[in-house]
Amino acid sequence: MLRLEKRPMPSRFWTAVTPVLAVILTMVAGGILFALLGKPPVEAIRVIFWDPLFGANNFYTLPQMLVKAGPLILIAIGLSLGFRAGIWNIGAEGQYIMGAICGAAVALAFYPAEHWYIFPLMVIAGALGGWIWAMIPAVLKIKFGTNEILVSLMLVYVAENILSWVSFGPLRNPQGYGFPGSRNLQQYPSAHNADLIPNTGLHWGVVAAFLAVIGAYVLLNRHILGYQIRVAGQAPRAARFAGVSPSRLFAFCLGTSGALAGLAGLFEVAGPSGQLSPDFNVGYGFTAIIVAFLGRLHPVGILLAGFLMALTYIGGELAQLSLNLPSAAIQAFQGMLLFFLLAFDLLSNYRVRWKEHAAKEIAK
Amino acid sequence: MMIGGIDIVVLIATLMVASTPILLAATGELVAEKSGVLNLGVEGMMIMGAICGFIAAVHTDSPALGFLAAAAGGIAMSLIFALLTQLLLSNQVATGLALTLFGLGLSSLVGQGYNGVKPPPSPDVNLGPLEQIPVIGDILFRHDWMVYVSLGLVAATWAVLRYTRAGLILRAVGENHDAAHALGYRVRLVRTLALAYGGACAGLGGAYISLVRVPQWSDGMTAGSGWIALAIVVFASWRPWRVLLGAYIFGGVTVLQLRLQAAGIAIPVQLLSMAPYLVTILVLVIMSARRGRAAMGAPASLGRIFHASS
Repeated sequence: MLRLEKRPMPSRFWTAVTPVLAVILTMVAGGILFALLGKPPVEAIRVIFWDPLFGANNFYTLPQMLVKAGPLILIAIGLSLGFRAGIWNIGAEGQYIMGAICGAAVALAFYPAEHWYIFPLMVIAGALGGWIWAMIPAVLKIKFGTNEILVSLMLVYVAENILSWVSFGPLRNPQGYGFPGSRNLQQYPSAHNADLIPNTGLHWGVVAAFLAVIGAYVLLNRHILGYQIRVAGQAPRAARFAGVSPSRLFAFCLGTSGALAGLAGLFEVAGPSGQLSPDFNVGYGFTAIIVAFLGRLHPVGILLAGFLMALTYIGGELAQLSLNLPSAAIQAFQGMLLFFLLAFDLLSNYRVRWKEHAAKEIAK
Repeated sequence: MMIGGIDIVVLIATLMVASTPILLAATGELVAEKSGVLNLGVEGMMIMGAICGFIAAVHTDSPALGFLAAAAGGIAMSLIFALLTQLLLSNQVATGLALTLFGLGLSSLVGQGYNGVKPPPSPDVNLGPLEQIPVIGDILFRHDWMVYVSLGLVAATWAVLRYTRAGLILRAVGENHDAAHALGYRVRLVRTLALAYGGACAGLGGAYISLVRVPQWSDGMTAGSGWIALAIVVFASWRPWRVLLGAYIFGGVTVLQLRLQAAGIAIPVQLLSMAPYLVTILVLVIMSARRGRAAMGAPASLGRIFHASS
């Protein structure tokens, strides 16, 4: 009989190895799934995981990886702070949308004036928009004890409706022939978040993502607040005895993750996407949750996980074209990846032993 | 009866239909949470129920078989969750999210090619003279049979939880899994069964959307109903009859919003569409502000991982 013994500390070896195992198993299980659905399994896996990196079109797909990984990493870094402290902000998608709306609104208010300060103002507005949207669940939690999971999630649907409303109403392009959607910010130099080096995909959002990784690493390892976050997650009671204020932690973690998600939205709308439209958001806020877990809630891990997830996005798009897979299929992949990862967490948190063996040890 | 261009009788009758998916899902989730497991994958189980039920109904030409398949699909999804959280002791919040993502993705893969297909119709139950009662007959007795099944499930859930030994064991496991384990109850088995019931109900709820309410298949068609079901369980303070009340209130807001749009009220459509979500938040705030978590009736072991050390 197998039996589980809780480890006093998560195993470092297994914590590092499990993501790799999870990816391999996802490929195997995904292949089986595709085979069952009558798609060629080996080719599907190759298109999704190999072609974006080394395929014939990688002059296009490699920069796209940066474009996709940037927002994912930026959002996931913010979420990971909260997740570590046991604070579940799952409404990053809404904060992302609100950041994009606020940032774009600032740009459109200045249109067509050209000033150096427009883009910085947009960045501030974007962060603020996301921050405010995330502070709603934070304040409700602090004041009334309302469940932040449900509130932050409900606010996603509210934000989606606001997005639809502004792109049909107040922020619609007056020269857009009645189509929904704002002016294209790519054609407005002061507001355009262009590639810093042309055709590399390296825009300000990617730079912000790298900065966030470094910032989170320093915060968690060198700052008292990071220490408090870690204690609150591992031993909430001990944290309270040590004088950690849960309210402050809530406000900080939710606020930060909201601001980062808002920034991601702003960089997206001002750069790769270019305009607000009812379907401008593509679920980065939800995928970032997986990125955070896949990266073991560790900044460097999240950096790697962000690139992996970007790979599956691009691969999914390629598979859509060449294998006629539906666009949501990639979500099945991402869900499976998270399943395997969570299942393997058992090995990091517990020791698996034979029962007889363990009994003998106790007898000694 | 008309108020502001809206027929009240029709409003209430459509409200019952609109509420049935979330009512079913919330009833199932209530049982799972009563056993101490927080399954955030309701949305994923619902959408899988929607597509499984749809495919089965289209191929067999029988809505009844469709609903059976939907329940089976929901159970299969919930067993993935049970395997991960009960046997492999994974984090319930993260696992639930994964289940939702997985369900959304898999359903669109499986459902590829079913867009635009018409499912067999689910006729209204013939209740004879009851249908002829004025007003009440129109409101209560002219629905398809799933509406009555959902009401029956609420009653059954209430009775079982309150009056039977099985219900007592389930609640004991949810309140204190260590004590229940010490008494010799099989915590993981009880929880797995509760989760399976939750999965079956969520599957039925999803199929109700794809077979009766809409009725056709489109990707992600549950559109957040699973999450609203979760909110309703909190709103109901984990009590079956209040789940019914909550589901009908939310269904009512949704229907009213649609009617107002149809009646041409001069408010942007999107502002009306966000009303159900805002109401959910408002209700959550009111519920949580009034009383603490313990007094709200949340099972004490909700969301905690059970690991028997011996």
